[in-house]
Amino acid sequence: MSATTTLAAERSFSDLWDFSTTADLLGYDFVQHALLAMALLGLVGGLLGPLIVARQMSFAVHGASELSVTGAAAALLAGFSVNLGGVIGAVVAAAVFGWMGNKARERDSVIGVVMAFGLGIGVLFLALYGRIGTGFALLTGQVVSVGVQGLVAIAITAAIVVAVLAVIYRPLLFASTDPRVAQARGVPVRTLSVVFAIVMGLACAQGVQIIGALLVMSLLITPGAAAARITANPVRALVLSVVFAEVAAIGGLLLSLAPKLPVSVFVTIISFVIYVACRIVGSRRVYRTR
Amino acid sequence: MTPGPVSAQRGGRPVVTFSAARLAFGDRVLWDGLDLAIEPGEFVAVLGPNGSGKTSFLRVLLGQYALRSGTVETTEAVGYIPQQHADDADPMAIRGRDLVGFGVDGNRWGLGLRGRARRRELVDRALDAVDARHYADAPLGVLSGGEQQRLRVAQAVVSEPDLLLCDEPLASLDPTNQHVVVDLIDRRRREAGTAVVFVTHEINPILPYVDRVLYLVGGRFRIGTPEQVMTTETLSELYGSDVEVLRVNGRLVVIGGEDAHHCVAPETPGSRPA
Repeated sequence: MSATTTLAAERSFSDLWDFSTTADLLGYDFVQHALLAMALLGLVGGLLGPLIVARQMSFAVHGASELSVTGAAAALLAGFSVNLGGVIGAVVAAAVFGWMGNKARERDSVIGVVMAFGLGIGVLFLALYGRIGTGFALLTGQVVSVGVQGLVAIAITAAIVVAVLAVIYRPLLFASTDPRVAQARGVPVRTLSVVFAIVMGLACAQGVQIIGALLVMSLLITPGAAAARITANPVRALVLSVVFAEVAAIGGLLLSLAPKLPVSVFVTIISFVIYVACRIVGSRRVYRTR
Repeated sequence: MTPGPVSAQRGGRPVVTFSAARLAFGDRVLWDGLDLAIEPGEFVAVLGPNGSGKTSFLRVLLGQYALRSGTVETTEAVGYIPQQHADDADPMAIRGRDLVGFGVDGNRWGLGLRGRARRRELVDRALDAVDARHYADAPLGVLSGGEQQRLRVAQAVVSEPDLLLCDEPLASLDPTNQHVVVDLIDRRRREAGTAVVFVTHEINPILPYVDRVLYLVGGRFRIGTPEQVMTTETLSELYGSDVEVLRVNGRLVVIGGEDAHHCVAPETPGSRPA
């Protein structure tokens, strides 16, 4: 069994360079849908990443994603839209994390506690449903089966993210990086925290549908974290984060086509390589600034 | 809040007026019967032991706490300088320049793309005023405490405030940097007539600038010039215990009192607080 798996993997990796297969596959509707979905998810993740990193909400992203799976499992059992269930699970969880504000230390343990409980409930729902396949798909994603409905969902999410950020970006950056003075100047710090968390929850929910709960962080956090290593200019960080996220999202999908491996594998690898490169470049830069 | 009129246009009206003000949380009264008018250009130090309501006093002025009774009127144009310490936020996510930029319009909605040129000009001028231009593009997290506090002064002053609220801005700075920062705050006061409310544990670094002291202890308070308030008689009465105030080389040394640690001279034997 394991020997066969190894052989399969070897063959798959040699297919990486089989560009004619990739080109053929790009002609299919479902592949084009997947490509568009990844591009939109990359945009969303790239835009949110630097703020998530500045607000130290990485763990909240993970928590919201896991609870999105719980919501999706509940929807599966109750017989309504899995996507909607995932959105509700992620948004409720994220709103609670956001309401807890910017105090990372307090929030940390609560997310852990809530996430563990939520996952347990999610497993229960899947067990009651009787088929574990869909639940597993939510953990590793299913971008090639995103379909028109999924595409509409991520497009709406992207529109909401862009619109909300266009309104709240400036006070949110203030509240995220200088909370005491922001509060003194009358910025509604707590409200912004909840609004941002809800938007982040929406993004997590679509990320779960597309690349899976386990790998959402590679598009929502890693690009932003990578950008933060090489610049402290918030605008430049935002632009770089979007570029990194798009390279990982689109590049990951393209590379996954020929070897028929899960998209998530390549998205995470590209994302991580970019991060490591930024750390190396960034460590020299910070040293010089001192 | 939006930058308000410069103090000259206020026609010398007080920037802060407390009338019979009372602040209490549950049964705990922080202060009561407070009547205080702060004039443009005045430097008021707020002193007292921990938990006496110094920070709450600032929060009332910022509109974050409501009085239990009485009234307070303040100018809209307020600048705020916090204590230098690590927030729960990531100090590598912004540059010094961005911190000062928040002072211009960080509280407004939208992206602020249209006001970019004006913001940059105001920020550069504020950076020059505190001699911070050369490190303004470095991440905040790599700057020293003194460098950060100079940026804090620029951030507070860039919005042209009539009132500067300072919440222990010198804590954790060395004497040289304390002097630099106080001097910058005082320069703003002299040049623009901005009133300063300065909460502190340690009066000595600001003593030469202080017009009046508000000294809070356990629900009681005294207001007056440093000469009137910082005396053995007044502080003993305020604390309800024996407190001695000495003047040594132009510095005030307070012996006794709950917060004696804040200005006890280290060489004075037997004066360490319990």
